[in-house]
Amino acid sequence: MKNHITNFLKYDFLLSELVKKDIKLKYRRSILGLFWTLLEPLLTMLVLTVVFSKLRSKGDEYFPLYILTGRLLYTFFANSSKAAMKAIRTNSGMIKKVYIPKYIYPLSNVISNFLIFLLSLPVVVLVAIVLKVPVTWHVIEGIIPLVLLFIMSLGVGMILSAMAVFFRDIEYLWSVVLMLIMYCSAIFYEPESVIKNGYAWVFTINPLYAIITNFRNSIIYGTSMDINALIYSTVFSFGSLIIGVWFFYKKQDKFILNI
Amino acid sequence: MKDVVLKVDHVGMQFNLSAEKVDDLKEFIIKKLKRQITYKEFWALKDVSFELKKGERLGILGFNGAGKSTLLKVIAGVLKATEGSVTTKGKVVPLLELGAGFDKQYTGKENIFLYGAMLGYTKEFITRKYEEILEFSELGDFINVPVKNYSSGMKARLGFSIATIVEPEILILDEVLSVGDAKFRKKSEKRIKDMFDKGVTVLFVSHSLEQVKRLCDRAIILEHGHIIANGTVEEVSAIYEEKLNK
Repeated sequence: MKNHITNFLKYDFLLSELVKKDIKLKYRRSILGLFWTLLEPLLTMLVLTVVFSKLRSKGDEYFPLYILTGRLLYTFFANSSKAAMKAIRTNSGMIKKVYIPKYIYPLSNVISNFLIFLLSLPVVVLVAIVLKVPVTWHVIEGIIPLVLLFIMSLGVGMILSAMAVFFRDIEYLWSVVLMLIMYCSAIFYEPESVIKNGYAWVFTINPLYAIITNFRNSIIYGTSMDINALIYSTVFSFGSLIIGVWFFYKKQDKFILNI
Repeated sequence: MKDVVLKVDHVGMQFNLSAEKVDDLKEFIIKKLKRQITYKEFWALKDVSFELKKGERLGILGFNGAGKSTLLKVIAGVLKATEGSVTTKGKVVPLLELGAGFDKQYTGKENIFLYGAMLGYTKEFITRKYEEILEFSELGDFINVPVKNYSSGMKARLGFSIATIVEPEILILDEVLSVGDAKFRKKSEKRIKDMFDKGVTVLFVSHSLEQVKRLCDRAIILEHGHIIANGTVEEVSAIYEEKLNK
């Protein structure tokens, strides 16, 4: 264990370089650059609010913030898991030439996406101020679902990245699964209508929905977290990370033969 | 015993050559159920053992497919041996396909830091050596241009300059460096010669017996993954010449 930690610290400079590269290249050659991390979610929120507020029966004054939080969390999960999934293949040039612990690649992708996600959080504050959402102490609890989301994304990302080395199909399959997850996460609609129709289980089994709900509870509604959702998402996050690390370590020596 | 910097101990490297390439999930499951996946075992290296003392320069001879590159990759740590072990002391610098780790969209300067980090250098070290790397690579203003616009010679020059900025204990060379133009080649050969003089341990792979004779003091011959000769460069090259003329 101690060996693992010293090894990890030895490569912290490489990790920070890879994270920096991800973020730098994403916004290079765009005039607004990093400002897009704020603008893009804001614009998407406006579009979704206009489109979906026409379809809803009852009014909710915080609806734009409801959409914004749901979409931000989902986008982070989708982008980081997709990037981590492709991490081994896109870095095959380096992997074949220099020895580097391979988990660095999916890890750096999840971290860079998390930083981009954190950079876009001021938009949440801004929209909350505009909508006059009352601030409560529960806002601090909002950190917990974010930490869980990071852990879950890393775990799922590591499982996917190890699988994608052996089966390219995973990449196509995962984008379909992500779409399914999106529609099952109540991002731009309220869950009541689905629950009324007897499909409440869709939300019960969806760990991302549990995380989004708890984040909304603490940020928008100023209530404490849903305990069942908290327990479920905690178990799922740590479970996926443990399985991800185990699976990745078990398969990593075979990566080079398949890339 | 204290002078041994590289110890290769009964290393074997096995590859599975599946008769058909299966890389989609459906095919894999179907074939697995039908038990149609048959692996042909193939040992690229088998029972390879040798030791190198500090300052020794080992030439690795062998025909195509003898396992030379595989051996270098195992020593560099890129491939993990199926059996046996490799112990190294000190910093190993592999000069294999220079510049393969560059990011195309990154500029030369950014790549110096990225590639340096991959080779395990610290940030302070690269910052301190940056000017020296730049000067040696002769890239001038091109250092702020994305690497995708570089010629292959420029890329190799930059890769060589970064990789050789440290003084490694063990240097791995695959073929002699034909980097850049004649002028740069002279410079890079001088840098490697300087390392030789400082007592670096060298592993050198080449098809050219001439080069091996010129650069190395020891040699081995690999054939089908086995070491068939191990000794001084004179003895081994005599055996190799005999094999060539057969």
